[in-house]
Amino acid sequence: MKIKGKAWKFGDDVDTDAIIPARYLVTTDPQVLAAHCMEDADPEFARKVSRGDILVAGKNFGCGSSREHAPIAIKGAGLSCVIAHSFARIFYRNAFNTGLLILESPEAAASVQAGDELEVEVDSGTIVNVTRRQTYRAQPVPPFMQDLLQAGGLMPYVRQQAKTGEKRS
Amino acid sequence: MAMTISEKILAAHAGKTEVHPDELIEAKVDFALGNDITAPLAIEAFRQSGAEKVFDRDRIALVPDHFVPNKDIASAMQAKILRDFAREQGLTYYFEVGRAGIEHALLPEQGLVLPGDVVIGADSHTCTYGALGAFATGVGSTDLAAAMVTGKIWFRVPHSLKFVFRGKRRRWFGGKDLILYTIGKIGVDGARYRAMEFAGEVIEELPMSDRFSMCNMAIEAGAKVGIVAPDSITEAYITGRAKRGYQVFQSDPDAFYETVYDWDVSELEPMVALPHSPEKVLPVTELSEIAIDQVVIGSCTNGRLEDLRQAAEILKGRKVARDVRCIIIPATQEIYRQALAEGLIETFVAAEAAVSTPTCGPCLGGHMGILAAGERAVATTNRNFPGRMGHIDSEVYLSNPPVAAASAVAGRIVHPDEV
Repeated sequence: MKIKGKAWKFGDDVDTDAIIPARYLVTTDPQVLAAHCMEDADPEFARKVSRGDILVAGKNFGCGSSREHAPIAIKGAGLSCVIAHSFARIFYRNAFNTGLLILESPEAAASVQAGDELEVEVDSGTIVNVTRRQTYRAQPVPPFMQDLLQAGGLMPYVRQQAKTGEKRS
Repeated sequence: MAMTISEKILAAHAGKTEVHPDELIEAKVDFALGNDITAPLAIEAFRQSGAEKVFDRDRIALVPDHFVPNKDIASAMQAKILRDFAREQGLTYYFEVGRAGIEHALLPEQGLVLPGDVVIGADSHTCTYGALGAFATGVGSTDLAAAMVTGKIWFRVPHSLKFVFRGKRRRWFGGKDLILYTIGKIGVDGARYRAMEFAGEVIEELPMSDRFSMCNMAIEAGAKVGIVAPDSITEAYITGRAKRGYQVFQSDPDAFYETVYDWDVSELEPMVALPHSPEKVLPVTELSEIAIDQVVIGSCTNGRLEDLRQAAEILKGRKVARDVRCIIIPATQEIYRQALAEGLIETFVAAEAAVSTPTCGPCLGGHMGILAAGERAVATTNRNFPGRMGHIDSEVYLSNPPVAAASAVAGRIVHPDEV
């Protein structure tokens, strides 16, 4: 699994109210949520993002509430991945459960600048900064987690597994 | 092997004699909950899983509390999803407006979460129940859905941090101040993926309501759980409430802690967290002339009867400053009823505060007290991120209830002794 995209850079402690303000939590529609992703930090963010772009942030990304609307909004906005120095605990689980790829890479978080072109080799956990000709390491995502992400999250993955199981028996 | 209370609870729920930090385990869930924001997604995921019945209709609570009484059509549609699901599944613990309250005040009050439990909730402040000696943690909607199907959840066993508080608390210095002080010291990711265990002579004499406030904000330091070992104060609270049996666990004296913090709090004054982070903490005595537009007293952090009593003690015979709106929200219907019986509501109304039926409302900028651009509030809530209570250019200062009440009277942030 390989992804390419332009970097959007944010700082430390990006909280879930910043990712998707609570006033929009009266819906679970990914497209509606996506339209308001990061809007208090940058009102034009959702419109400016191109499909496949990558969000890069500092430490403790996704701190605050347990709202799964946060990874859903990021994914819905077309971002392919979030790279951060570290992630808040609940957000980390929620991201995989909803099929959003996230990578911990303190090196990338420190070096990537807004607008850099990045290439991510998910199997090996390698992040190449094409713009700056740098390479950073992240923890690789094991194959079963990649399958889970490609299925679109935990529930579709479990459903898929159940169906495969039915065929086998 | 010596274990902490968190490790012992997880071991017991994983059917193991011992567990180690970083070990992945599957634990039995004693109780699971969701609210009007998170449960609709969980119910959608529950359907996706193909399951037809929840694992146990007596061990799941659905509590519409964030946008209730419903503020608009969209929020009413969300709440209806909970109501319909609760009826379809025959859930014993669905709490309707008028018989409910804020989930993290309501479930302990109703004796549904108990010492030694593993509790998961699709709300980050689920860690509140650690005050009872439970391993309670917030999860997302998909994890809640999986637990509703299977009655189990996987965990990575967290490392434990111990916080020992010594000395004697000054008047007006409570659980909220202890946790704000702690977050100010270690930062908003100072306990990321850790269990925070609160102990020491200050905790041993600390009332339940203050313990709830402390554990409630463990998540604000990034923690998985905040926990206090059960004692006679816990026992007194549980007696007459517990809806089922429970088991009490204690940390072994030689249990391993990644870090032990040891603080004497005798000289400390009430704490305030400045915008826009719960880690920007200063003693209230170090703030000067910060004028305010609004005060909110309530939330899962500080909407309990003891909190309202403290606020009433300050507001009795006084009036809210002319340029301030003071909103007081009892956290549950039962707290509201007791506040009525004790004359607290009369005191609030006479002081020209607005009193609301239980709701999370303004805490998360939902409704019932949203801030305009440039406005500033003092709130007894738990988060003061940019835009948390309204416009992105508004500000929230976090404090305990007496500081909030005194500030409402003074029109600026003050120590309770100043009014």
